[in-house]
Amino acid sequence: MVSPLDRKLLRDLARMKGQAVAIGAVIGTGVLMLVMMTGLVASLTETRDAYYDRYRLADVFAPVSRAPERLAGDLAAIPGVSAVQTRVTGRALVDIAGAALPAQAQAVSLPDRGRSALNDIYLTDGRLPEHGRPDEILLLEAFADAHGLGPGDVLAATMNGARRSFRIVGLAQSPEFLYTTPPGELYPDDARFGVIWMSRSALAAAYDMEGAFNEALLALSRTARKAAVIDAADRLLAAHGGTGAYARAEQISNRFISEEIAGLAVSARTVPPIFLAVAAFLLNIVVGRMVQAEREEIGLLKAFGYTDAEVGAHYFKLVLAIAAGGALAGCLGGVVLGRAMVEVYTAFFKFPFLVFRLDPAAFATGVLVSVAAASAGGLLVVRRVFALAPAEAMRPPAPPDYSRSARFRRLGRLLDQPSRMVLRRIVRQPIRMGGAALGIASGMALSVAMLAIYEGFDETVDLTFGVVDRSDVTVTFTHAVSDKTLFELGRMEGVARVEPVRHVAAILSHGLDSHRGAITGLPPDAALYRALDAGGGPIPLPERGLVLSRTLADVLGVEAGQALSVDVREGRQPVLDLPVAAITETLVGAPAYMALDALNRALREPGRVSGAHLTIDSARADAIFARLQDMPTVAGVSRKDDARAAIVRLMDSGAGATRYVMGAIAFVITFGVVYNAARIALAERTRDLAALRVMGFTRGEAAFVLLGELAVVTLVALPAGAAIGYALSFAIASGFSTELYQIPAGIDRASFGQAALVVLGAALVSGLLVKRDLDRTDLIGVLKTRE
Amino acid sequence: MRQAQPTGGTDRAPGPTAPPAYMACGVKKIYGEGRSAVHALRGVDLEIPTGEIVVLLGPSGSGKSTLLNILGGLDRATEGTVSFRDTCLSALDDAGLTLYRRRHVGFVFQFYNLMPSLTATENVELVTEIARDPMAPEDALALVGLSARADHFPAQLSGGEQQRVAIARAVAKRPEVLLCDEPTGALDSATGRAVLSVLRDVNAELGTTVLMVTHAASTAGMADRVLHFADGHIRDVVINDTRLDPAEIEW
Ligand SMILES: Nc1ncnc2c1ncn2[C@@H]1O[C@H](COP(=O)(O)OP(=O)(O)O)[C@@H](O)[C@H]1O
Ligand SMILES: [Mg+2]
Repeated sequence: MVSPLDRKLLRDLARMKGQAVAIGAVIGTGVLMLVMMTGLVASLTETRDAYYDRYRLADVFAPVSRAPERLAGDLAAIPGVSAVQTRVTGRALVDIAGAALPAQAQAVSLPDRGRSALNDIYLTDGRLPEHGRPDEILLLEAFADAHGLGPGDVLAATMNGARRSFRIVGLAQSPEFLYTTPPGELYPDDARFGVIWMSRSALAAAYDMEGAFNEALLALSRTARKAAVIDAADRLLAAHGGTGAYARAEQISNRFISEEIAGLAVSARTVPPIFLAVAAFLLNIVVGRMVQAEREEIGLLKAFGYTDAEVGAHYFKLVLAIAAGGALAGCLGGVVLGRAMVEVYTAFFKFPFLVFRLDPAAFATGVLVSVAAASAGGLLVVRRVFALAPAEAMRPPAPPDYSRSARFRRLGRLLDQPSRMVLRRIVRQPIRMGGAALGIASGMALSVAMLAIYEGFDETVDLTFGVVDRSDVTVTFTHAVSDKTLFELGRMEGVARVEPVRHVAAILSHGLDSHRGAITGLPPDAALYRALDAGGGPIPLPERGLVLSRTLADVLGVEAGQALSVDVREGRQPVLDLPVAAITETLVGAPAYMALDALNRALREPGRVSGAHLTIDSARADAIFARLQDMPTVAGVSRKDDARAAIVRLMDSGAGATRYVMGAIAFVITFGVVYNAARIALAERTRDLAALRVMGFTRGEAAFVLLGELAVVTLVALPAGAAIGYALSFAIASGFSTELYQIPAGIDRASFGQAALVVLGAALVSGLLVKRDLDRTDLIGVLKTRE
Repeated sequence: MRQAQPTGGTDRAPGPTAPPAYMACGVKKIYGEGRSAVHALRGVDLEIPTGEIVVLLGPSGSGKSTLLNILGGLDRATEGTVSFRDTCLSALDDAGLTLYRRRHVGFVFQFYNLMPSLTATENVELVTEIARDPMAPEDALALVGLSARADHFPAQLSGGEQQRVAIARAVAKRPEVLLCDEPTGALDSATGRAVLSVLRDVNAELGTTVLMVTHAASTAGMADRVLHFADGHIRDVVINDTRLDPAEIEW
């Protein structure tokens, strides 16, 4: 049987369902975020690992210029290596029907017979190329989809300077190419970068690699020491132009995905606590108000012989019911939404299958933490229940003491009576009003911060493509070529300006800290691709030494004047000691710059460039692209507008939706706070308001007294929310930033505006709801009853 | 009618072995301190025999509620001793007082103090729930003549009906004493008389000692014993030889 107290509890809940739902929604949203995000992190991690495992993604990648096949046995003999797969890869340009600019592709060999021991492929359509049919290829599914290609179609590609025609016999996916990015670019683009798989013998013939390989893949036994294996592989391959073996963690596709997952994990930790804190506060004021209103009932229960614990437990149960209800709804919502999100991400990462995993710990954490937060809010109130002496409680409460607001008498004289009532209440309850303002502010702060992060992404894109890179076209050469090639480019009709650039792949290290990246060599007075400092001014590149971005310098723990060890990963692969000439805050990214001449001098390769930035006459673009494609030294050509469009697409798919989610979050919190504050004000003041009405005040005037204080609280919360959001955005930005990306916490006035609008909207809705409640109240009837 | 000493015995005691329900000795109650201190009780001595209806009569502000609260274990005396049967209430801690209220005392208040969100039956169950040997809630409601209203909420009941529910709630646990603070104070005379009859019936049928506070002198007729209260102490005690039926009381 349900005890009468529990029945009272249920009816109380039904009576205050609006408030209960508003608080439950705040708790629920927090738990939902937690369950969804952790579920997403767990599922993506699991799916990624399962995919890697099932398709045997290598643990170590060892690129080399040209190594004889017999070295495979030596590699396999390295202690800790459990499997070896050698292969041939090369860069290719693919003709795209209707597009002037060829797409870039990586050609990867498949064993002539049998499956690849490592980095296997997942055939999504068609069949594998047949042995002895060198024109048969597989195409990366995403790339094929982007161009409407499929089995049976013909594909023309330039490999090693020779144009050839191929037949597509199948489509494939691979754990190695979840994230495909054109060389030299940061963001994935399905349309402009593809992967071609073809038989080893055919590919070897195209790239002069018969009896040799230019990449070895290694799998490690569980007990292997990765660093030792990498060292051993480097030693074996050094004589053959090994460019440095690296672990899976450094592999570009894996790294992108792992960082994306890590970013989600950060949000999963930072966002939910804010909701729970707001919910704790709300429960505190709502249940506090209830205890205040029910002091006679509490006294009565105690008079009957109910113990403090029993009475306290009654109110505590109410808190728990709301918290548990919210948490439960949050868990359910988190599962549903998490599932949907996992599918979105699965498509985004092109996982061929999906392991949907819920993190059971997330449920437990979600429920426990929300119950704990709610309890913290409720306990303070229950203490008041304990303190209430029964005889005391049976007496009607003394009128609230407004004497503290007396010092505003002078100011008050300037105001009309209703405004004075509003002001006095705010002054009398500074803690509660402050708390409500803080609650609203935190809702606003969350959305401001998240919007700011996305603003930061946008800004990075704008800076990269609008300010740093002012060229139209970027040409990448197959290797560092003589700068005479640039004259050839400059002579083409329609090319207005050519600027050299040299990117040198290298491992920068200082003491124990190292970073695998590149050094960018730029000419003096570069105009198309510039080294810029945080203020947008050009960074002078000295005669000698490197200029590092502050972020990179911090990663390496190096100061200006110290030397970096630079392990060059191309050509002769020298290990250089280069001084750090200067450290500056850079506009975007975490680059390492050097004057082009200084870089070439240090490498003892005078007059070399790895690419060029061009400005062209767009009318002649097609002819220029055709010429470029025919140059054997050109590995890739990318048009800035294409690269930019790819990023914008990426942003819109993920970030666009996130804006709405953030708006909803701000709305839920603000609504929860304002509605509860308004309901409490209504309950506490029904008699005052009734008295006003009896005295002849209109409904509108009475509502003003009630809602005026909420308007003030909301308006106070706006600047506070903006300020907190601003600070929060830096915290979240640093959580999201990685070595690959640096997210500036750019704040746009529009972000504040959007967040403020959402907050005001939520406040307005809750104000209207309470106004409706007020209009429905029989104010005169209220006066006849005792409270 | 005859006068008696304030602490005097009674010739209407149910038996020579029954100890008095309450004994109080030199009870003082001071609210606050210093210049603003209120001396609500200035030394009260009393004895309330078991099974009687005792009326505590006095003007508003004379300290009646204060005394009732102390006897009921809702509050403590500043000075003096109060005992219920052989238990010294002054010596009990909060938990002890709670247990005392739970086991032995039923309260009825001027403003009924029903839980608005519980029905009549549920309000009674609120007490039977924690009692050792309660009567069935329906029986308690039948006792006050409200069986037909069992499933009504307080808002659906008249003032007199609410007070009868409050009495049902108080007697449902079969308390030894029923403490009523101005139970008819908010009621019109006809309704008030009905409520008083219920109290008399409870006393007659269950043998419950009833202590009732009132400022209406006319109520005194139904009592076995009337304690005249003024200014924080008992001025005199009147023992009625015959009790009036509440129906005969002039309001
Ligand atoms: N909690 C309290 N604090 C201060 N004074 C009190 C308190 N309770 C009662 N009093 C004062 O004690 C006196 C007796 O009160 P009370 O027992 O309620 O009188 P009665 O019930 O006879 O009307 C009154 O003067 C009252 O103002
Ligand atoms: Mg009184």
